Amino acid sequence: MSDPRYEIYEAGLIGEGMHTPPVLPAGLRRAPGGVDGLRTEHLVVNMGPQHPSTHGVLRMIVELDGEEVVTAEASIGYLHRGIEKVAEHRRYDALGTLMDRGDYVAGIMGELAAALATEQLLEVEVPPKANWLRSLTSELNRIASHLVWFGTFGLDTGAMGQFLYAMRDREALLDILEAISGQRMMFNYVRPGGVVRDLPPGIDAKIREFVDTFENVYLPEHDALLGGNEIFQSRVKGIGVITREQALAFGLTGPNLRASGVKYDVRVDRPYAAYPELDFEVPVGEAGDAWDRYLVRMEEMRQAARMIRQCIDGMPEGPHMAKVPKLIKPPAGEVYAAVESARGETGVHLVSDGSEHPYRFRYRGPSLFALQALEEILPGHLLADVVMIIGSTDVMMGEIDR
Amino acid sequence: MSPLAASLLKVAACLGLMLANGVVMIWMLRKVLGHLHLRYGPLEAGPSGIFQTTMDVLKLLTKEDVTPNAADRALFYVAPLAVFVPSLAAYAALPFAPELRAVRLDAGLLYTFAALSLVPIGILMAGWASANKWSLIGGMRAAAQQIAYEVPLLLSVLPIVMLVGSADLGRIVEAQSGVWAGFLPRWFIFDPLLLPTFVVFAVAALIETNQTPFDMSEAESELVAGWATEYSAMKFGLLFLSEFSNQFIISALAVTLFFGGWLLPWVPESVSVALAPVTFLLKTYVGIFMLMWIRGTYPRVRIDTLMQLGWKRLIPISLALVVVMGVVIKALPALARVVG
Repeated sequence: MSDPRYEIYEAGLIGEGMHTPPVLPAGLRRAPGGVDGLRTEHLVVNMGPQHPSTHGVLRMIVELDGEEVVTAEASIGYLHRGIEKVAEHRRYDALGTLMDRGDYVAGIMGELAAALATEQLLEVEVPPKANWLRSLTSELNRIASHLVWFGTFGLDTGAMGQFLYAMRDREALLDILEAISGQRMMFNYVRPGGVVRDLPPGIDAKIREFVDTFENVYLPEHDALLGGNEIFQSRVKGIGVITREQALAFGLTGPNLRASGVKYDVRVDRPYAAYPELDFEVPVGEAGDAWDRYLVRMEEMRQAARMIRQCIDGMPEGPHMAKVPKLIKPPAGEVYAAVESARGETGVHLVSDGSEHPYRFRYRGPSLFALQALEEILPGHLLADVVMIIGSTDVMMGEIDR
Repeated sequence: MSPLAASLLKVAACLGLMLANGVVMIWMLRKVLGHLHLRYGPLEAGPSGIFQTTMDVLKLLTKEDVTPNAADRALFYVAPLAVFVPSLAAYAALPFAPELRAVRLDAGLLYTFAALSLVPIGILMAGWASANKWSLIGGMRAAAQQIAYEVPLLLSVLPIVMLVGSADLGRIVEAQSGVWAGFLPRWFIFDPLLLPTFVVFAVAALIETNQTPFDMSEAESELVAGWATEYSAMKFGLLFLSEFSNQFIISALAVTLFFGGWLLPWVPESVSVALAPVTFLLKTYVGIFMLMWIRGTYPRVRIDTLMQLGWKRLIPISLALVVVMGVVIKALPALARVVG
């Protein structure tokens, strides 16, 4: 073995007690039974953390036999910021700030989970207007998040245009969210007891205009450009099948679970905010392949647009914030609150010891479960499918690594 | 002028054309993709950003030329040349006007394809020498793709050669002069027998130029930058340039074979001849625009679908078309002459 890449093994740089040098250099493994006695080897490639399509800093260690995946292993932690530990030194009203930086594409929903948990500890009643505002902003944010997924999914297939078309729509949404909350991504809008401010004047018309354009122009355009493309369909149909049993066993939630045929939605099954009063459908897939996940998310955007319209029409009057003490010191106890974020059930498990800081803050990010399922479903697919399947599950490294 | 000096001058002319094309096409690609993608493309350097590519070339020239430690140094250096030189050589036989071309070759068509088919060898070299797994996969894909598509590409132009009775690109163009039924140019694209041939040619040509939806060997979202991953500075510039040059050549071939080359229909011959180079370049750039349009819109097909398309569909179809054309020429010469 004269290849300079493996000199490290030959030179004995990796010594005793550090690592056992393999018989073959790392990255190469002898496959049994080559053609005509020719030796073939499996190729181990690192997809990521700096790879164009592992969305953020996911690293997939993929063992390839030609172009076919033999094993796939996710290596995570490149975006670890210690959110759960940091939270133990933050006050309760600052937890939303941390959640924003977890799932940073769908921040409002994370904030909401933290606020719901704190409210449960405090036993505060949230005014109805706050609930409606929470639902409104959540659904706006859901569309924005799904658009990011849609755009990058298009990029994964090699269709550059979709990304920029999706960003055009998202830009309008971010403008609206900025007008409401003052921020484009790290909103810090939902606080324990309600939301931080009321709707600015004139935003109703802007939101209505967006929803109309989105439903009548943008979504059909997306469907025609990407979803209706035969090449795209041939790329996603039948790949990355997660069966109903697998989905349940891995604890998948959100669109990934629903695409596998399980009708579970936190908004319906454990309602919060204004969702009990809103009329919407929960789209469910059948096959659990990438195509079903695509369809479920596209339909979710349509439903979200419906809900936004209902929220604007039915917005009650009244205060947008309950009376909550400035320094939140909830009684000792333990609660779990969950919301249906864009990626599934985003939950917050809070343990309070009666002080102003949480004793323990646990963040349940749905992407982590989807990522675990990936390791099981990827083998047998082609390298090109790996990209598509990762894209179709919409994993978000911010909430996996925390 | 001595023959050697004349040859050198011709090479210089081809090189100049290639570089000019590269600069124009890269700017054009950015503008076209930009507008397709709701952007403007380059704006700052010069009016409408026309000097953007020039600036980028300057930037590439000043960049550090990185060679990976584990790379096979000799091959790593030769590979960009092995991609660039055939690409340049392919310009030689292109007829820009009745008498305007570097060399008049009886087998000009074959020569151009031969030059183009050398490119993947360079790509394979680049992929292997880079000591990068992504490059390796990209290089292997390029080789597989090449074998699968060189055959239908060549077979798809065979009916034209049979019809014209020559593989000289100039004579192929001349055979398309005049109009049919009073107004329809006698271009081969309007020939019902050759239309399916054009479809096969177009698909194979898209794959040959490594364009989306068939940009397997550098599939950005799968293979990082494919076989070019480890290349930087002007070596990358050369690879990039030859890629654009190949697009130009394929588009020019399509124009020559199917769209009447330099011919301008409905005008007196003297005007057609006088405007020949302009007509040819304009037609070619329309073809390039189509390539860019496709590139900006379509997703990428999967490698196994691509191979199946090549071996199981295009090769049988193009063989059948050759047989049909042969039968028509032999059995129904009247029909062949009418449509041809």
